[in-house]
Amino acid sequence: MGRHYLPNLPQKGEMLREIGFESIDELFSDVPEGMVKEFDLPEGKSEYEVFTELNEVLSGNKTVLEMPSFLGAGTYFHYVPAHVKYLIERSEFLTAYTPYQPEVSQGMLQALFEYQSLIAELVGLPIVNSSMYDWGTAMAEAALMAARHTKRKKFVVPRALSPEKKEVLKTYTAGPGLETVDVPWDERGQLDVEKLKEAVEGAVGVYIEMPNFFGLLEENIVEIGEIAHEAGALFVVGVDPTILGIVEAPGELGADIVVGEAAYFGNPMNFGGPRAGIFAVRNDRKLIRQMPGRIIGMTKTEDGKRAFVMTLQTREQHIRRAKATSNICSNEALVAVAAAIHLASLGPRGLRELGEVILKNTAYLKRRLSEVADVPFDGVNFKDVPVKFRVPYDVIHEGLLENGIHGGYYLGKHFPELGEAALFAATETTRKEWIDELIEALKEVA
Amino acid sequence: MFRQAKWDEPTVFELSRPGRVGYTMPKPIEDVEVKIPEKLRRKSELNLPELSEPEVVKHYTRLSEMNYGVDSGIYPLGSCTMKYNPKINEEIAGHPGVAYVHPYQDERTVQGALRIMWELEGWLKEITGMDRFTLQPAAGANGEFTGVSIIRAYHLDRGETQRTEMLIPDSAHGTNPASSAMAGFKVIEIPSKDNGTVDLEALENAVSERTAGLMLTNPNTLGIFEDEILEIAKIVHRAGGLLYYDGANLNAVLGKVRPGDMGFDVVHLNLHKTFSTPHGGGGPGSGPVGVKDFLKDYLPVPLVGYDEENDRYYLDYNVPKSIGKVKELYGNFAVMVRALTYLKIMGREGLRETSEIAVLNANYITRKLKGTKGYELPGKELRKHETVFSAEPMKKETGVKALDVAKRLLDFGMHAPTIYFPLIVHEALMIEPTETVSKEELDAYVDALKRISEEAYTNPEVVKSAPHNTAVKRVDDVLAAKRPIISWRMYRELKEKGEIDI
Repeated sequence: MGRHYLPNLPQKGEMLREIGFESIDELFSDVPEGMVKEFDLPEGKSEYEVFTELNEVLSGNKTVLEMPSFLGAGTYFHYVPAHVKYLIERSEFLTAYTPYQPEVSQGMLQALFEYQSLIAELVGLPIVNSSMYDWGTAMAEAALMAARHTKRKKFVVPRALSPEKKEVLKTYTAGPGLETVDVPWDERGQLDVEKLKEAVEGAVGVYIEMPNFFGLLEENIVEIGEIAHEAGALFVVGVDPTILGIVEAPGELGADIVVGEAAYFGNPMNFGGPRAGIFAVRNDRKLIRQMPGRIIGMTKTEDGKRAFVMTLQTREQHIRRAKATSNICSNEALVAVAAAIHLASLGPRGLRELGEVILKNTAYLKRRLSEVADVPFDGVNFKDVPVKFRVPYDVIHEGLLENGIHGGYYLGKHFPELGEAALFAATETTRKEWIDELIEALKEVA
Repeated sequence: MFRQAKWDEPTVFELSRPGRVGYTMPKPIEDVEVKIPEKLRRKSELNLPELSEPEVVKHYTRLSEMNYGVDSGIYPLGSCTMKYNPKINEEIAGHPGVAYVHPYQDERTVQGALRIMWELEGWLKEITGMDRFTLQPAAGANGEFTGVSIIRAYHLDRGETQRTEMLIPDSAHGTNPASSAMAGFKVIEIPSKDNGTVDLEALENAVSERTAGLMLTNPNTLGIFEDEILEIAKIVHRAGGLLYYDGANLNAVLGKVRPGDMGFDVVHLNLHKTFSTPHGGGGPGSGPVGVKDFLKDYLPVPLVGYDEENDRYYLDYNVPKSIGKVKELYGNFAVMVRALTYLKIMGREGLRETSEIAVLNANYITRKLKGTKGYELPGKELRKHETVFSAEPMKKETGVKALDVAKRLLDFGMHAPTIYFPLIVHEALMIEPTETVSKEELDAYVDALKRISEEAYTNPEVVKSAPHNTAVKRVDDVLAAKRPIISWRMYRELKEKGEIDI
């Protein structure tokens, strides 16, 4: 099947004859004897059959549209305006490759330049690449970059770090033998600054998040940056960019490298992927030369007009091979363009409103949760709120699910010191009645 | 005659007018003030553009019109497998059961998603002859890093700490050495023979007790099948190394030959090449990695499992020696959905026909173009899914380079081939037509290359000054690197200082 994708199937014989071959087998005569096999795979199907079959399979998923969900912990249900989806489905964007030929790829190049520019405004650093795979890999690459820059062997991260990111960091740092050191949180859920001072000596970089994994704004972020710099380490800030309308740009707070998740704009959750990692650095030649990933630059055509092109490629694998700053080739260009379109639609006012609505909805969730359970940390939360329960969390989870509600992300597995705790999250999509139903249900099960 | 749209489109920043908005925000649940600590409150300028929705739509539609995609015409980038991306893939990937599902949802609420992953793994196992797959890697290079990290973990686990060398042919993709270096390996380059295949003698001399593995693309980047593959596998395995298959070129043997039967232990695939998912201007891709049974305990977590008795799919974190994660969560799920859609439509015979026609098309171009003045065919004549010509004679005789040929092709509404790769061919033009272009498009492509040859020898200026019909004239990439302007913020600063005139 799938013959509708193969225009030359009926012309096969004619084409073979034209170029002097007897058969298709002759085209494969260089394959060793006996290696060509009949595969044990199903027969092809019509498009209609596959359409109905996969629709049915996917309908087996329960979506957050059908079931109020309080899951966050790094993936959030944001609303994507319809026009964003339609624009990135323009097939000239969708079906293009990496813009190796800039003269026929100005559209994608300019869109990616705009993505870099919009992120630069958000994070307060002027040098942004055109995407990494996701926040986690961007952070891991930042650690490797910091190691190349400082030639040291230790990267400092908060203990309150997403297990996803922690595992990615572990894998990326295994080869170069970069050690990772955890700094615990204090009684308010903030990074313990005194413990950081002990850990920072000889570090390549210090990593911190805005907000942190517990959804809290790190109140000592400026001081943390200073501690990093005094120790000769780079200050790496991971940021949820949806907060940057209301919280200061990390570039203004001393960050040397900013990483984060661009897919929170313009992209649905997609069961976790694709995403797009933000990667930004200060305007420092030495840092730029160590950057991973593709970068789009503005330049001129031979007749003096403005144009865009991939640039600073001598850092990259196709030129430097084993000496490249990273192996990344395919990135997440279309995800980044979707983020850019969403950001261009929001504008400064929209981004501020988005941040404020999330902040207020999170505050409401936190306040209501504190009526029925222990909310361990004060301070300002953005999206995620940790909650401690007196009964095992799986009992609560089951009870909520029976009420048609999906509870939060269980913390006990990776943070046993928190006991039977979970992260509950709100965004601009969270509705009051969902939270009220949640609280009612928790009154019964918690 | 081809004429690309040309809009002189300003950036979104230049289109901005005060007060315009392109969104509506839901109201907060409670309009109470939440105080952000003073020192954290945003005080710096937030210079985002202000546009209404119709302006945003026009802007990006115009930009898209200045972009060439697979749907625009032939796009024969070698090693990139720019085949048609079926529209049904998009339709299925747009299902709410994809878009609106959180990765941490209770397994009972995401059975559909897990089943998609389980089924996809099943197809990939049979196609490659591997025993277990991770779907986590986001792209080919991410898959390579996964694969070589598994090889590293395997040797370390066996106490063979001295296996620090990864062997890579000089014809390999740049990602191979880069991924190996990232995983901590020393890269040893293996020279190719004149016909483009691995030099067995050089390989024999390179293997030792330090050999961790050999990364190989088969067919190689010249589009030539490594016919001594079984001998290559023997040499590497005898030395205690493992064999890694770079799946970039799988389209050549899809449904006919399995890397597992060639002796490979680890395989990465590119769903965005072989399995028809769109490249999106550079990504997202998806780079699943398959391994033979003895390596499955090193795969990233989680794997997808299926409990047949209870007909239940689940995430399996019980992978005892796992290398960890190479990306957050489970990979680019929306890409996997597209690939499975394609596989189900193609089926066994469709996949076989795919590689057969892809190989026929590449050989058709090879034979039709061979002998044209200025182009030379290095290596063996019989190709698989792609072919590589050298424009070295043309450059010597007329001064017209591979780059000029590429730019001139754009004038005919055709995308250029990959150029200057593989590195072992001078002035390389690497052409991979794929199975989804028609004979007429192939003929037109060959005619265009022949016409360019004629022009090179009679009127070289028209080629050297190409392109003429594209949205912009030739772009100055030297200037871009010499004086980087990476963002609008940089542009404004340089403009204010009077240092640029763009």
